[in-house]
Amino acid sequence: MDFIFQNILNALQWGSFYALIALGYTLVYGVLRLINFAHGDVFMVGAYLAFFLATFLVGPVVGVSPAMAFAITVPLTMVLTSCVGVTLERIAYRPLRRKGAHRLYVVITALMCGLILEYSNLAVLGASRLKFPELLEKHIWNIGGITLTNLKVLVIVTAIVVFVFLQWVVTRTRIGMAMRGISYDKFAIPLMGIPIDTIIVFTFILGSAFAGLAGLLFAMSYPVLEPFMGMLIGWKAFIAAVVGGIGDIKGAFVGGFLLGFIEVGVVSVFPSTYRDLFAFTILLLILWMKPTGLFGVPQSTKI
Amino acid sequence: MKKRLHGVMVVGLALLLAVPAMAADTIKIGFNIPLTGDIPEVGEGSKNAAEMYLEDINGAGGLEVGGKKYKLEFIYMDNESKAESAVNAALKLIAQEEVVAIIGPNSSKQAVPAGGTCNDNRVPMISPWSTNPDTTKDRPWVFRAAFLDPFQGPVVADFAAKKFGAKTAAVLFDISNDYSKGLAEIFKTSWEAKKLGPVAAFESHGTKDQDFSAQLTTIIAAKPDFIFVPDNYNQVALIVQQARDLGYKGPFMGSDAWGTPDLIKLCGEQCYGQYFSTHYAAAGAKGATKVFIDRYVQKYGAEPADYAALTWDSIGLLVEGIKNAGVVESSPRKMRQAIRDGLASITSFDGITGSSKFDAQGDPIKCAVVVKISDTGTFVFEESVCP
Repeated sequence: MDFIFQNILNALQWGSFYALIALGYTLVYGVLRLINFAHGDVFMVGAYLAFFLATFLVGPVVGVSPAMAFAITVPLTMVLTSCVGVTLERIAYRPLRRKGAHRLYVVITALMCGLILEYSNLAVLGASRLKFPELLEKHIWNIGGITLTNLKVLVIVTAIVVFVFLQWVVTRTRIGMAMRGISYDKFAIPLMGIPIDTIIVFTFILGSAFAGLAGLLFAMSYPVLEPFMGMLIGWKAFIAAVVGGIGDIKGAFVGGFLLGFIEVGVVSVFPSTYRDLFAFTILLLILWMKPTGLFGVPQSTKI
Repeated sequence: MKKRLHGVMVVGLALLLAVPAMAADTIKIGFNIPLTGDIPEVGEGSKNAAEMYLEDINGAGGLEVGGKKYKLEFIYMDNESKAESAVNAALKLIAQEEVVAIIGPNSSKQAVPAGGTCNDNRVPMISPWSTNPDTTKDRPWVFRAAFLDPFQGPVVADFAAKKFGAKTAAVLFDISNDYSKGLAEIFKTSWEAKKLGPVAAFESHGTKDQDFSAQLTTIIAAKPDFIFVPDNYNQVALIVQQARDLGYKGPFMGSDAWGTPDLIKLCGEQCYGQYFSTHYAAAGAKGATKVFIDRYVQKYGAEPADYAALTWDSIGLLVEGIKNAGVVESSPRKMRQAIRDGLASITSFDGITGSSKFDAQGDPIKCAVVVKISDTGTFVFEESVCP
């Protein structure tokens, strides 16, 4: 029994990262109909930004306590990562949108932006891995044979809070209404006096800020950083978002956790070689039965 | 008459082709090493050692073969720590650069496929670090400087049984890495042969994995006396941390892939006090080994890891092979044959990672050491195990 609960906890932590990244995919897709393939690499940039901030803050120049450094790193990482996301939108996606390019070209551009982020990181920082400093003093609790750490709890709680917050923004605020409006009809919305570019920038800020937060938490949980860390997890999170129904906040959240549960579940029973085989077969079956994803709607009224 | 003319033409053509190679008076050697990818530290260390050797040889005017001095030229090719890139790098070195021999790849994951390529193309290859038997098995053109996993596996098993008084063991390994998988299987066989107890858990993961909690939960539930992790240093750092987070308090045992300074950088205090088997220990070295270590430290500001020392020995082996050949042929094809024969005729070799004898397969028989990671993060010699 312990074994099962422990693995549920493992899956919750792993799924939290998928969910956090999938939320970013879904936000941008919901508004722009753009699969932002650079999102996984924005996540990577977030982890690296957090690394530099954290090492600088706990380093000899500033020298604040690790807990204090954590408190400063969280908002700063989110702000800086959202700057990266907005920059991408400004220099890569917006010019194409202005020229009326087909969405396919924008997706390819996104893919290239991701590769550029990866390889510029490789060029600047080299291939050697970095060790993320320990910011939170680790507590390991043992409750009836189940072990959990404060970091694990923090990760899971963060994923849930971020989901609730985004759901609230999209469904309950005026700006969220505008986002849904753009998703519904990109051409009619400006006629209603809604600044479409501002809303799009806001979407990128939201998505990238939470990618940065995910990057920070990921780096704290798995403290070995490398330039390609965002690639695979980004792709898998994208698939999770599609299975959940891309464009739907709830879908991304559920899809992320679903993938986490399947992966951990398969590995805990079968050899690890079966993990991706089983995981993607199950996801394929879901899409086969419901091509729009679990929460997706077949029409253009997404998000 | 016609036949003779034909012969003259062939000779003329051969001369024409041979001219550029002859004019250079250099011996071109290729390096197939991971400068980027999963284990960039390994490529870096190998390159450093090679550069040092190159300076020595060329500083002395070159390598003397048959009464004439030849300069050496080293060409470094990045294999990105990927199996398919290692094959491409080998082909590039062979076809484009026309090297006469190749040093590397280091890791078995790349050395096994690249060894096949070199053997098929009849180019001598020496892998410094590969311990998987398949690298050289039935490949007359492939050699190595390191001991083999069928030797390393029992070394680990014996040491753990003695040191920890262990009855049960668990293994976590990288299933997509020939080195890790091979060693894990050999360890399992040799542990079970001891009849102390079972291998309680035998779990695998993929190369790009970052979360090992599911595997570790299974392992910890099996309550092993120690966990054997024949993995690359970057994964070791994550595995050890996650195992501790899941409440595992017992010891870990590692293999020679642990032996990089980066392990301490990434793993930190959590790896202190653990043991691993390796090729040599820098601390407490004597003689030629100490000279090498001191020079390396002076030049690069860090202690050379085992792959750097083994690269040095591999070049030493190759030089020995070239000397044995006794001639420098102008055509790369003939030179490759001469070097291979020269290498095959080496029966024993005194290197900085210990002296070794060579068996019929061309594999060295040499001692392994078990190293402890001290509380200051240095690798301290624990004991030496000889076959």
